[in-house]
Amino acid sequence: MSLTIPHGGPLRPLDAAVGVVLGAVTLLLVLAYDQPRSAAIGGALVVAVGAGLVTRGVRASRSAAPWRTVDIVVAAVLSVACGVVFWAWAYLWDAVKPAFVAFPPGQALIYGMWFLPAALVPLIVRRPGAAVFAELVAATVEWMLFSQFGPAVIVYGLVQGLLAECAFAATGYRRWTLGVALAAGALAGAGAAPLDWVYSYPLWSVAWKLAYLGIVVVSGALLTGLLSWYAVRALAPTGALSAFAAGRERELV
Amino acid sequence: MTMPTPGDARSTAPLARFNPVAALGACLVLAAAALAARDAVTEALLLVPVAGGVLLARVGPRALARRGWPVLLGALSVFLSNALLAPGPGLAVADAAPLVLRVVVIALPGLLVATTVDPTDLADALVQRLHAPARFAYGTLAALRLMPLLAAEWRALGLARRARGVDAGRNPVAALRLFAGQAFALFVAAVRRAARLATAMDARGFDTAGPRTIARAQPFGRRDALLLGATLLLAVAATATSVALGTWEPVLG
Amino acid sequence: MAAEPGRPRPVAVEARGWGWRHAGRRAWALRGVDLRVAPGERVLVLGPSGAGKSTLLTALAGVLDPAAAEEQEGELLLDGVAARAARGRAGLLLQDPQSQLVMARSGDDVAFGLENTAVPADRIWPRVDAALETVGFPYGRDRATAALSGGEAQRLALAGVVAMAPGLLLLDEPTANLDPEGADVVLAGVRRVLDASGPTLLVVEHRVAPWLPLVDRVVVLAPGGGVVADGPPSRVLTGSVGTALAADGVWVPGREPAPPPRTPPPPGAALLEAADVTHRHAKGAPPRPYGVSLTLHAGEAVSVTGRNGAGKTTLSLALGGLLRPTGGTVTATAALGPDRRPLWRWRAAALAARVGTVFQQPERQFLTGRARDEVALGPRRAGVPEQEALARADELLERLGLGRLARANPHTLSGGEQRRLSVATTLAAAPAVLVLDEPTFGQDARTWAELVALLRGLLDAGTAVCAVTHDRAFVDALAGRELRLP
Repeated sequence: MSLTIPHGGPLRPLDAAVGVVLGAVTLLLVLAYDQPRSAAIGGALVVAVGAGLVTRGVRASRSAAPWRTVDIVVAAVLSVACGVVFWAWAYLWDAVKPAFVAFPPGQALIYGMWFLPAALVPLIVRRPGAAVFAELVAATVEWMLFSQFGPAVIVYGLVQGLLAECAFAATGYRRWTLGVALAAGALAGAGAAPLDWVYSYPLWSVAWKLAYLGIVVVSGALLTGLLSWYAVRALAPTGALSAFAAGRERELV
Repeated sequence: MTMPTPGDARSTAPLARFNPVAALGACLVLAAAALAARDAVTEALLLVPVAGGVLLARVGPRALARRGWPVLLGALSVFLSNALLAPGPGLAVADAAPLVLRVVVIALPGLLVATTVDPTDLADALVQRLHAPARFAYGTLAALRLMPLLAAEWRALGLARRARGVDAGRNPVAALRLFAGQAFALFVAAVRRAARLATAMDARGFDTAGPRTIARAQPFGRRDALLLGATLLLAVAATATSVALGTWEPVLG
Repeated sequence: MAAEPGRPRPVAVEARGWGWRHAGRRAWALRGVDLRVAPGERVLVLGPSGAGKSTLLTALAGVLDPAAAEEQEGELLLDGVAARAARGRAGLLLQDPQSQLVMARSGDDVAFGLENTAVPADRIWPRVDAALETVGFPYGRDRATAALSGGEAQRLALAGVVAMAPGLLLLDEPTANLDPEGADVVLAGVRRVLDASGPTLLVVEHRVAPWLPLVDRVVVLAPGGGVVADGPPSRVLTGSVGTALAADGVWVPGREPAPPPRTPPPPGAALLEAADVTHRHAKGAPPRPYGVSLTLHAGEAVSVTGRNGAGKTTLSLALGGLLRPTGGTVTATAALGPDRRPLWRWRAAALAARVGTVFQQPERQFLTGRARDEVALGPRRAGVPEQEALARADELLERLGLGRLARANPHTLSGGEQRRLSVATTLAAAPAVLVLDEPTFGQDARTWAELVALLRGLLDAGTAVCAVTHDRAFVDALAGRELRLP
C-alpha cells in the first residue's frame, strides 16, 4: 500500500486537533502500563494520523448522498444472511476448540468470519455508516437466533462495526479497494479481541492475550477483507449488483 | 439442526407484554453489572433478577432446558478456555467458576427476551421510544421477514448441487468449496430479492421525505419503568452487597 | 396527500417520446414510446421478453432510479405531472408476492404504505380493513404473512396497493409466479378492485386470455422501440399483429402453440421403481405424498398432477434421488445402474449421470460464471476429455438456441433462456431418466413449444420423462401417463 494520504477533501484544524488529542491519550496510556517508549510513540503517531483522517472522513460524509431504500434493504438482507452464517459459525467455533488445546489462542484463526458484513456491505452499498449498520443488524439477528452470548453480541457488533467504519471513513468514503477492505477487517478484529479478553479469557497471560489479538487481526483481514473483496468481484458479473456503483464498473453488454 | 425463526407467533408470557425497549434495557443493565465484576458472590447475587426474568417469561424447566442449551454450551466453552487451558500449574476451577455464572447472567435474560419479543414490536418500540431512524428499522424488519425464505433457499441450493452431480463426500476441501459456492449463490439470490423488495417498498412510499406515522403504539408505561427500575435496583444491590462483604473484584484491575 | 379511500380519481397517463437505457447496457430497453391513456381506461401491455414492459411500469410508478440509467429521454406524465414527482398516484403490484410483502402480519403489511404517507394512526386501521375487504382477503389482520399461499399473498399485496387509493393501478405479471388456482384468486381480487373504485389500469401479462374480460385496450411494445400496435383486443390480437405476437411468445388466444398429436410408442425396460413413497415434512404433519408407487420405463412420459400441497414437488425430489422419503423407497433397476441402494444414498456424480432433475427455479442450479462452462461441467466431472466436453456443450447450446450466449453469465440470461440452459446442463450428463418440476411455469409460448419439442425428441430416443405440472396443455402434449395425486 502506498503512503500517500487518500483524497478526502482538505484537512481542517478540527481533524488535526482530534488526532493530536487521541494520540496524546494513547501515548500516556501506553506509558502508564510500563511499555517501552518507542512503542508508545509509534502507537501514538498511528492513532493521531488515523483519528485525524477518520474525523475528516466523518465530516465529509455529511455531504454524501443519502441512503436509498435499495441501499438499506440490500445491506439489511446481506447482514441478516451473515447473521445466519454467524449462528452456524458459533457452533463450529466450539467444535474446533479441542484442536487447539495446546495453544488456545490459535483458535482465533477462524474468528474473522464474524466481521464479514463489516466489509462486504460497505463495499457493495458504499454509504457512510454501512459497516456499523451491517454489524448491528447481523448481531441482532444472531441474538434473536438464541446465540450463546446473549445481548453481549450487540456490543461486539457495535464495536466491530465502528472500528471497521474507521477504515472507510479514513479515505473520506471515496476508496473501496482491497487495501481498505483488509484494513476494515483487521480493525474489526482489533476491536473484538480486547472484548474477548474481558468476557471470555480474563485468566489468560498477557502473552497469550497479545498472540490472540494478533491472530484475530490477521484472521479479520483475510476472512473478512479478502473474502468480501472477492465476493463483490464475483457478484458483479451476475448482474445482482446492477443498482450499485460496485456492480456497474464493467463493460457495457 | 433446524434454524429457529424469530417472530413466528406472539408470545403470551407476561414478559412479552412489556415494552421491548424496557425488556432489552433490563438485559443490558444485568449484563453491565455482570461484566464489571469477576467474583462468584456478585455473579451469584445477580442470579436473583435472572430468576425473576425466568418467572416472567413463564418457561417451565423442560422448555428452559430445550431453549437454554446454547447458554450452557457457552458457559462450558468459557469454563474450558479458562480453567483447563489457563497456563500455570493445576486447574483454575475456582477462578473459572464465576466466569461461568457470568455467562449465565448475561446470556440467559437475552435468550428469554429473544424468545418472547416480537420483532415488529421491537422495531416499533425502537423507533417510538429511542427515536431510532425509521427507514433503517423497518428496512431491517423487512429483511428479517426474508430470513425463513433464505433458509429455504439454502436447502434448495444444496439439493440443486446434488442434482448437478456435485457433492463433497468425505473430502473436507471439497466440502469447503461446496459451502462457499452455495453461500455465494445464496448471496446472489438475497441481493436480487432485496432489490425487488426495495422497489416494492418505494412504490408504497417508503422513501417519501417527511413525517411518517406508526399504526401500532408502543407506550412506555409505569410497569415498564418498574421493570427497568427493579432490575437496576437489584443489580446495584448485588454489587453493593458484594462490596460490603469484601468479595467484589473489578474486572479491570 | 392522504386522499380518503373510496373512489380515487382515475389518472390520465401520457408518454412523450420516452426512452430508457439501463446502466451497463448498450441497447435501449425502450425508445420513442408515445402513448396516451385516458382516465379509467384498462390497458393490457404486450410484447416479447425484453421489450421493457416492466421498465415502463416501474417508471410510471415513479420508482425507477435515474441513477440506474445510462441514458433516458422524453417524458412520462401522470395527469400532466412527471411520474417521479407524482409518486403516490400510482400503485404497483409486482410478480413475486414474497418479494413485496414487508411485514410479518397481514394487517401491518397493508398499513405499511399508509404509515409511509403519514396517514394519522387512528385513520389507518379502517382503511386497512376496507382494503382487505375490497380484495376479498379471507383472513383477519393478525394472519401471519408467512402462512399465506402464493395467491393469497399476492391478494394481500394488492390490498397494500389499494389501501393507498391509487388512481392508476400498475400490474407487472401479477400471476406469472402462481399456479392456475392462485392466478384465479388474484384475478378475482383485481376484478373486485376495478368494480369498487375504477382506477386506470395498466397490466403486463404473457397469458392473455384470463385478462381479456377485464381490459378494453391492448398496447404492443417492441424491444428497444416504441408502440407497434394499439387498439381494442378484438382488432390487435387478430390479423398480422396477433400472428407476430404469437411468434414472439405471447399467449394469444386461438394462436397457442399446437404440437401435432403424438402416439406414445410402447414403453421399454423399467428404469426406476418407486414403492409406497410417503413423506412427512414435520412430526405430526399429514404425509404428502402418501403411498405413491410408480415404475418409470424407458421412452415413457409420466405427468404428475394434483392440487397445491399434494406433495408433487416432494415426490419429484424423491424420484430424483435428492430427498430421503420418510416412508417407502425409490430404487434403480439393473437396466439403469448397478447400485442397489435407495437412490438418495447414491453419490451425486453417479446419480446425475443416470437421473437428471430440472428445478422450477433454474438459477439455483447454476454453478459457474459462463453458460458454456455450465453445460460442460457435468461431462468434465464424469471424466470426459476436455475437448469432447466442450464439443458436447457447444452442440447442446446450439440445439437449444443458446449458441450466441455461450460466454454470457448464466444469471444474466432471461427467464426462458435460463430454463433452456438448465435443461441443457442436465442433458449434458446424458441421464436415462429426466425429472422436471413445473418446467413450463411462467414461460412464454415460444419457450413452451421449444421445450415440448425437445422433450418429445428425448422420449423418442428412449429417455424416461417425469414432469410435475399444473399445465393441462403440457400434459396433453407429452401424451403419456398421468398420475394424479389426491
